[in-house]
Amino acid sequence: MTPENEQTILAALDQRTPLGYPARLLAPGENLESVTETIGSIVLKPGLRQPKAWLFAAAGAFSLLMVFFVSIAWLLYRGTGIWGINIPIAWGFAIVNFVWWVGIGHAGTFISAILLLLHQKWRTAINRFTETMTLCAISCAGMFPLLHLGRPWVAFWMAPYPDTMGLWPQFRSPLVWDMFAVGTYFTVSLIFWYCGLIPDLATVRDRATTRGRRLIYGFLALGWRNSAVHWQRHQTAYLLLAGIATPLVLSVHSVVGMDFAVAMVPGWHETIIPPYFVAGAIYSGFAMMLNILLPIRRLYGLHNIITPRHLNNIGNIMLVLGNMVAYSYIIEEFMAWYSGDIFEQSTMADRAFGSYGWIFWALIVINILVPQALWSRRVRLNPVALFFVALSANLGMWVDHFLIIAVSLTHDFTPSTWKMYYPTIWDILTMFGSVGLFLTLIVLFVRFLPLIAMSETREHASKR
Amino acid sequence: MLTRAALLRNTMNLNEKIYGLIAEFKGDEEVLTATRAAYDRGYRKMDAFAPFPVEGLPEALGRKRTAIPVIVFAGGAFGCLGGYLLQWYAMTVSYPLNIGGRPLNSWPMFIPITFELTILSAAFAAIIGMLVLNKLPLPHHPLFNVPEFERASSDKFFLCIQADDPKFDLRETRRFLEMLKPESIAEVPAE
Repeated sequence: MTPENEQTILAALDQRTPLGYPARLLAPGENLESVTETIGSIVLKPGLRQPKAWLFAAAGAFSLLMVFFVSIAWLLYRGTGIWGINIPIAWGFAIVNFVWWVGIGHAGTFISAILLLLHQKWRTAINRFTETMTLCAISCAGMFPLLHLGRPWVAFWMAPYPDTMGLWPQFRSPLVWDMFAVGTYFTVSLIFWYCGLIPDLATVRDRATTRGRRLIYGFLALGWRNSAVHWQRHQTAYLLLAGIATPLVLSVHSVVGMDFAVAMVPGWHETIIPPYFVAGAIYSGFAMMLNILLPIRRLYGLHNIITPRHLNNIGNIMLVLGNMVAYSYIIEEFMAWYSGDIFEQSTMADRAFGSYGWIFWALIVINILVPQALWSRRVRLNPVALFFVALSANLGMWVDHFLIIAVSLTHDFTPSTWKMYYPTIWDILTMFGSVGLFLTLIVLFVRFLPLIAMSETREHASKR
Repeated sequence: MLTRAALLRNTMNLNEKIYGLIAEFKGDEEVLTATRAAYDRGYRKMDAFAPFPVEGLPEALGRKRTAIPVIVFAGGAFGCLGGYLLQWYAMTVSYPLNIGGRPLNSWPMFIPITFELTILSAAFAAIIGMLVLNKLPLPHHPLFNVPEFERASSDKFFLCIQADDPKFDLRETRRFLEMLKPESIAEVPAE
């Protein structure tokens, strides 16, 4: 790109609608060939000639992954006593991490499925990446309920298989619902992701330069030949998958929220929890997406495809969801007071002014106040500011889950059960290790698979 | 001088040796016009190729609706009934337990799993139905023998008229395709 060319493109990307919002979905000058080239070339760069930043990210991610493996090994050897959990706080970091990771996965399906049904064309630049992020996040999430079991090696007892003991899982328990919900969510996301990926794999196959790559991508592309008849079936299946994934997204984190809502613990037993968790989930998912996508966009120069309009829209959605979470906090406190239930009131007062009170106020700042910056269009259009607001929301949602899950348990009904919860080093290492697993999968995805939906972006390029 | 029968035989042999004729176009409007013209001419055994789904192209080829929605619905119904039946059988017949005083057939508590299994089953039906109807995975297809066809997944559009179409004739069809002003025409060798 020559400097004059770059100026023209930046000026065009700055075009505004009559209301003042960024208008362009795709930079001018992008045509079918250039879209394929920009995205496909990332995948087809030979061998180790990757950008340095990718190599550093891969090294960092792999190191954290090793930390994860060591933590798991030690856990399997010694048992859950190495963590800080005990009675009464039987659910600590592990379950907080589970809920956090499942939440992060929700952004992918929201963007892919719900925005597709709402005809939001701007989803194409980010949907493939966020679908992948969903799969990576669910992979991390799924580890924690398994590790958290006293005997992870018999985790399969939760599945309804014909066994020699004549036992069935307890289908009336939200924990079993969890297994079906999260399992279904992972499988359906995988199917949806792969369905959309087939034509793009065919593109990479056709542009592959070495025989090895051609074979592997060809195998994965299943012989796709871009026939119009095949496209018709593909698009129908894709739309239907989006249609069924939409209620799935709303149900999965509701079911995860039910883990707490059906229990008696004050601070857990609230009907606001399922919708509150879903809103918080999509919120944290968008935040994580921004935290990873913005650096990738910078590194691979994808400004022509992920334009200011996308950043603006993502910022707006995050603002709405953040305010829904704020509303949930207000309702929780109000209902605790309005109900007159002395245990609920005591727990809520302890949450704000008890031993963990500082966490509550920190949460209000980083989860509610900082993201209010998104009201400003300047903040929404500035990638650096957006990155830090998203980071704040991301961490905020983790703290939010910690506050609801662990801190409620420190202060339930009778004073004799009130106890502090302190995480051990293994709690912390396992948590960072799971981030390592997540980043490793993302890093591998960025390296080997096309990270933007090429066929859908081409559709936009041709329709202009 | 060859007899008429021998000439016919030769032409038929030529037709058998190729899969069809493929014409390359540079835009989605061009391929749409071309396909409509070919359909009006009477060609039926043909296919069009594009790097993204082009609106109107399957209809131009003479295709009506697909069976995918029915398949997905069937999958969903199977999952729904199966999921509920599984829980009902386990919790009322096989191993009944008193959980919190709920009736054995506690249907509100069976809803989440029934719902999830409906969706799971429908999703499998969608992807497997799509692949089976498309006859994928298909390791090789004669069209991949044409070097220009690589661009079908990138930025070029194609129309292929198969040799086993009743109206196909090597010279006539080629002349017809040339009238549509494509970027190139190629013979697709059969295997």
